[in-house]
Amino acid sequence: MGSYIPATQDERADLLKACGLDSVDDLFAIVPPEARVSELNLEPGLSELEVSEKVRAIADKNVLFKSIFRGAGAYNHYIPSIVKTITTKEEFVTAYTPYQAEISQGVLQSIFEYQTQICELTGMDVSNASVYDGATAAAEAVIMLEERKKSGVVVCAGVHPQVKEVVETYAASRGIEVSYAGSGFTTSPEELATALEGKAAASVLVQSPNFFGSIEDVAGLAEATHTAGAKLIMSANPISLGALKTPADLGADVAVGEGQPLGMPLAFGGPYLGYMATTTKNMRKLPGRIVGQTTDDEGRRAFVLTLQAREQHIRREKASSNICSNQALCAMTASVYLAAVGPDGLAQVAQNSAAHAHYLAEELAKLGFETKNDGAFFNEFVTSCPVDVEVLLSSLAESGILGGLPVEDGILWCCTEVNTKAQIDSLLSAIKEVL
Amino acid sequence: MQLLFERSKPGRKLSLIPACDVPAVDFGDAARDAAPRLPQLAEVDLGRHYTELCKQTHGVNDGFYPLGSCTMKYNPRVNEELSALPGFTGVHPLQPTATAQGCLEVIAKTSEMLNEICGMDAMTLQPAAGAHGEFTGLQLIRAYHLDRGDTARNKIIVPDSAHGTNPASAVMVGFEVVAVPSNEQGGVDLEALKEAVGEDTAGLMLTNPNTLGLFDPNILEITKIIHEAGGLCYYDGANLNAVMGHARPGDMGFDCVHVNLHKTFSTPHGGGGPGSGPVGCKEFLAPYLPGPLVAGNEGSYEFFTPEKSMGRVRSFYGNFLVVVRALAYILTLGKEGIPEASANAVLNANYLLKRLCDLYSVPFGEQCMHEFVIDVEPLKHDTGASAMDVAKRMLDFGVHPPTMYFPLIVHEALMIEPTETEAPETLDEFVDIMRSIYDEAQADGEKLHHAPFTRFIGRPDEVNAARKPILRYDFDGE
Repeated sequence: MGSYIPATQDERADLLKACGLDSVDDLFAIVPPEARVSELNLEPGLSELEVSEKVRAIADKNVLFKSIFRGAGAYNHYIPSIVKTITTKEEFVTAYTPYQAEISQGVLQSIFEYQTQICELTGMDVSNASVYDGATAAAEAVIMLEERKKSGVVVCAGVHPQVKEVVETYAASRGIEVSYAGSGFTTSPEELATALEGKAAASVLVQSPNFFGSIEDVAGLAEATHTAGAKLIMSANPISLGALKTPADLGADVAVGEGQPLGMPLAFGGPYLGYMATTTKNMRKLPGRIVGQTTDDEGRRAFVLTLQAREQHIRREKASSNICSNQALCAMTASVYLAAVGPDGLAQVAQNSAAHAHYLAEELAKLGFETKNDGAFFNEFVTSCPVDVEVLLSSLAESGILGGLPVEDGILWCCTEVNTKAQIDSLLSAIKEVL
Repeated sequence: MQLLFERSKPGRKLSLIPACDVPAVDFGDAARDAAPRLPQLAEVDLGRHYTELCKQTHGVNDGFYPLGSCTMKYNPRVNEELSALPGFTGVHPLQPTATAQGCLEVIAKTSEMLNEICGMDAMTLQPAAGAHGEFTGLQLIRAYHLDRGDTARNKIIVPDSAHGTNPASAVMVGFEVVAVPSNEQGGVDLEALKEAVGEDTAGLMLTNPNTLGLFDPNILEITKIIHEAGGLCYYDGANLNAVMGHARPGDMGFDCVHVNLHKTFSTPHGGGGPGSGPVGCKEFLAPYLPGPLVAGNEGSYEFFTPEKSMGRVRSFYGNFLVVVRALAYILTLGKEGIPEASANAVLNANYLLKRLCDLYSVPFGEQCMHEFVIDVEPLKHDTGASAMDVAKRMLDFGVHPPTMYFPLIVHEALMIEPTETEAPETLDEFVDIMRSIYDEAQADGEKLHHAPFTRFIGRPDEVNAARKPILRYDFDGE
């Protein structure tokens, strides 16, 4: 049996004696007998070697694709070596929420740096220290923007389906109405205006680049939103913000998104990172931890958790959210990633991802896979499929390629900087074999 | 020390990815106007920056971390190694389930073992943290009542010793909160509870042992009172490390539960996440769980979404790599190791309590479960040194202080949770530190207001931080 208890049996006996107790059972004497369990129906414990072999054998049952052309909320970007080195440092990994600022300046400063970088990416004034993922970030934003006289969110059709589901779960129990605008690959300002008509909606949620990869007319949607007296939440892939206009420039009031592309592996969906930023006006409504700069008693720069009057441990039932633990180590990962790539590197990752996707779209069109997006797209796009989708994808899988995601109208393809021309050309040859 | 942005020199960079090998895309009007002011650094700059930050960070592996209710136990290295296997990190969440059987097996096996430990029948691993688990568990309770047409049940009963997340979660799910007071022994006041329940009771949220480190001896009576009123019982598993393998929430009468993998099951806290807050429930609540869940047997696992699912609470399947760590931990400890861990957590806490109770006031008796609360009020009265002062002085000794000023029902509270992974000599050292701080307070209580004396910074001005918030680096201010 494995154990991480340092105390030897003799030491344990000494401790018991010091407590004036005879046996371990005495420690649990207060538990009613009906609530006691005599033995758990689990396997006996194992040595490290056995556990290691067992878990490795489980990992080996997964198929690792040589090339991945699937995104849809989880993106296969290159993760710089330095990111992994830094974020596996034991101090960072084994610390908890930096309640004691005097011995937590490392974590606090890293969050402050993260907040600054998210503000720079989004053009916003204030960022929190992270929430669970992009979907819960959108849901928290919807709740944050509710007002006494305005309620409900209008969600643009192109928002990721899982984000829609999470927003619906969060909204339903609070009596927040969720309605939808548009039906195509993008939502026009006119469609949004129609959806907002006769409602006193508090917010609109748009994703750009959206689930289909299309770049939405966010400025137009912001205008329609504000005309109707609502506020705009824009969800964006943070990599795209290396090349595309910021949520702030486009008129959004809150910027949210899935931070996974910033240095986190696919990892079967998590841990990921929800980023969340807004304008100074909404600062005190922002949920979650926030780090602020101050000075210590000798006037030195210091960082602390701040604006805690918003939070559950102070406000209890009046808190702006129940969030406590967030994704701090993932926020540090994103921060190290952004510092490693720098402004030019981020622009290059964005440009290469989009350029690879556009090259793939053009080449696929030559094979009869028609691009369905009606306007500009970033690094994802939908095509028709001239053959049976499942037949095509299984055939690609045999060549070690994870093809695009089957969607209603065809296939949703994705490229990043790792899908080089050579990789794309191999994909095209593999497709030709099926046609 | 410098911020990343202050270290930045225009033109410095890493060489990470090759030049583009296909024609560039012109984003036209959609293109960004000005580049984000991200730092420009060489790899060596970056490495040293974080090494310096590391030195100003205290983790469990640096030293004792008796932060009450957070279960800061040792984080085994093998769990880190296994969760970083490419066979897990390289799997796309939307690749066909036939090609992700290993991941589905991790989910299925971990759920099954957690169900056994909690006395539950079904489990979702989707919630990303404890508070997220509370949100999910309360959604289960809500969905159950609504499905039965029992629409008037809109109140959740929460004891006054509860974590702040409990009332906050209840409100997020659209419930009203009814607080019930603690009795003199620190448990739930049964008379007050009987008065609080009624036809509007949706359920009860309870941490047992509670935040005072006390197991409520009336637990079976408590859950019965709620059930007889038509409500359901939610177990906040924050303190499961006290009882795992000895008592199960399911056997105490609870209908659903969340566990914190980052507390009880040894996964690291990461400076405040990622955690993981799986939610388990009895069979009758299983149809309302968030989807997808995993069904089937080894080699042929499939996802399914329960028929009356409350809906998703997060994208994909939760903080998967955290679950891998917990799986490795449970496999390591096994059927004997799990009760052994909790027994030693309780033993260590009782030993500390015993050694400290002659110096510090212990308002709720001299026996506890995995943690206990001392009240610094008498010391403050005599010397002026508060719980905050004692905690801050502790920093000079390389110990992370206990949780301060919580639970709220003890005014000068220090909540101490040693966990099972601390050796007797560490506990003894801690007692010596607490004793010497006590003596210092007696000699000069005023001096302790200025502690710590030897850390990178002294006490920060938190009032000013909140009054004039500086929440990002000011590029133009320099």
